Amino acid sequence: MIFLDNLINGLSLGSIYAIIALGYTMVYGIAKMLNFAHGDVIMVGAYIAFCGLQYWGIPPVFAFLLAMVVCTLLGITIEGLAYRPLRQATSLAVLITAIGMSYLLQNIALMIWGANPKSFPTTFINGASLHLGKINISSATLITILVSIVIMVLLTLFTSKTKLGKAMRCVSEDRGAAELMGINVNRTISLTFAIGSALAAIAGILLCSSYPILQPTTGSMPGIKAFTAAVFGGIGSIPGAMLGGVLLGIIEIFGKAYISTELGDAIVFAVLIIVLLFKPAGLLGKPMREKV
Amino acid sequence: MKKLIAMVLALMLALSVCSAFAEEAVTLKIAHIGPTTGAAALYGLATQHGAEIAVDEINAAGGKFTIELINEDDEHNVEKVINAYNAALDAGAQMILGSTTSKPCEAAGAQGYADRVFFLTPSASSTAVIEDKDNVFQVCFTDPNQGSASAQYIADHKLGTKVAVIYNNADVYSTGIRDTFVKKGAELGLEIVSEETFTDETTDFTVQVGKAQEAGAEIVFLPMYYTPASLILKTAADKNYKPIFFGVDGMDGILSVEGFDTSLAEGVMLLTPFVATSEDEKVKSFVAKYQEKFNETPIQFAADAYDGIYILVAAAEKAGITSDMAPEEACDLLIDAMKEIEVTGLTGTMTWDESGAVTKTPMAATIVNGVYVFED
Repeated sequence: MIFLDNLINGLSLGSIYAIIALGYTMVYGIAKMLNFAHGDVIMVGAYIAFCGLQYWGIPPVFAFLLAMVVCTLLGITIEGLAYRPLRQATSLAVLITAIGMSYLLQNIALMIWGANPKSFPTTFINGASLHLGKINISSATLITILVSIVIMVLLTLFTSKTKLGKAMRCVSEDRGAAELMGINVNRTISLTFAIGSALAAIAGILLCSSYPILQPTTGSMPGIKAFTAAVFGGIGSIPGAMLGGVLLGIIEIFGKAYISTELGDAIVFAVLIIVLLFKPAGLLGKPMREKV
Repeated sequence: MKKLIAMVLALMLALSVCSAFAEEAVTLKIAHIGPTTGAAALYGLATQHGAEIAVDEINAAGGKFTIELINEDDEHNVEKVINAYNAALDAGAQMILGSTTSKPCEAAGAQGYADRVFFLTPSASSTAVIEDKDNVFQVCFTDPNQGSASAQYIADHKLGTKVAVIYNNADVYSTGIRDTFVKKGAELGLEIVSEETFTDETTDFTVQVGKAQEAGAEIVFLPMYYTPASLILKTAADKNYKPIFFGVDGMDGILSVEGFDTSLAEGVMLLTPFVATSEDEKVKSFVAKYQEKFNETPIQFAADAYDGIYILVAAAEKAGITSDMAPEEACDLLIDAMKEIEVTGLTGTMTWDESGAVTKTPMAATIVNGVYVFED
């Protein structure tokens, strides 16, 4: 019984990691950079949704859409202002910029919303939890798992069927060749950031619905875990991010449940190290040979 | 005979008035150090505001002492607290009211021990705060006292015998209370059926709560601050698990978290020496002033700091502190004075021994309809 309970909790946590990991992996695949500010976009999304629900009293659906719109704009702005000028710079410079952007977002949130933790209102979904015998599945858990499945399906369809999606894959494969084929690389990268950031808003809302504490550092730990998930699954690979995220969530919960609650996080990162020792490109990543 | 006594008394009174006039008015420079921003800001602001009310009262009364309050922010951070402490001394502080939370207080108190600066902390309740430091005293009861008093309270009131403990093993506050709770609980026949830990970054409590539920715990003891506690209450509600949640002073403040669904905290019990809805005259007057000035209801930390200012004044009176006395000089005098004074404040009648720990009786409150209610 408790096993099934843990499995469901792991799936739910893993689904959130997966959605965040998608943002990391898409940006890495296309722009070849680690966007460490991604975790903080999640936090901004959650705060916008919180404001919508708590202060402005708008219906949940509109609050969530608003959060997605704001995050999308934020993602495009960050890319345009901070990363685009560094397109030709060394990857280290871009990495440092991303870390700086992460701190900037956290501190702006601190200025706007203050440091006191806020409790994310979850009453709008409280009504419908599922009780199967001894197992109680909260509605937040159910919604999280469903939403992540929908996102995965949509994203897969988008990248394989649509023109824009195909353009994204082209840029990821070979930026120079894509440009020669008439694909607007800058616009494609912006689009990637837009999609990644909209996903971040959804992830933020789901994260805070399951774990309703909201503070300026809310996004950092899940961000790091999701980054781990993306590397675990093979960074740059969309199915890899999904698989990595879900597995990571399950490993974390099982590690806590059956080994030790104290070592939960340590187990997660130990698994990452072991996987990378045997499969350096991650579970579904393509091994790349660098020519010297 | 009566007349004679009256005359002698009158004479003494007159003399004492004269001597009071002869005495120079003393301005005490007290620094409040606490987290007024950051994750524990609720506590730091509460202690700062509580202290301000006491300072206003004392200054308005126009007695021998006038207080100049210096406020420094430590952000609940062991490095920043040293900066705050240095800034307080630079501003001329003679003694410190602080720090509000355990870890920063431990760090600043150790620095103060080396520099010979007197500390009275309103609310840092870990033993490590006063351990091996003769310069640090507490207004609140120590963690051991909270842990063992909670066990005592649970046993005395027969709340249940199967207890689960969830604690933050990265925090001395949490582990300190847990240690003595477990020890005292064993003596009193409480059965610890599940014991789980978490760290500062933990947001997922499904495993910890699930284990308590699986073990059939009737009481879940939560020696922690309110942020993780609010997540635990939410997780338990999702799991349809309804034990008695028993917290300590760190739980105070859970009702003020913005957006928090207070129905989750219904029936939660916590050990606290102060309840704002109390009928006590002193408490009523304090609460009224606090509400007028800060437009919110004071929590226990505010009451601790309010008492703290009065304790410092009582100790300064006993020790004969003067306006221009250096903190190093005042420190030893205050240490001796603390062992002799007895102060009755909002949080009870308090005395101190050389360890720096306070002696007073702990009480428990229950959250009913979103407010604290005292259990007998």
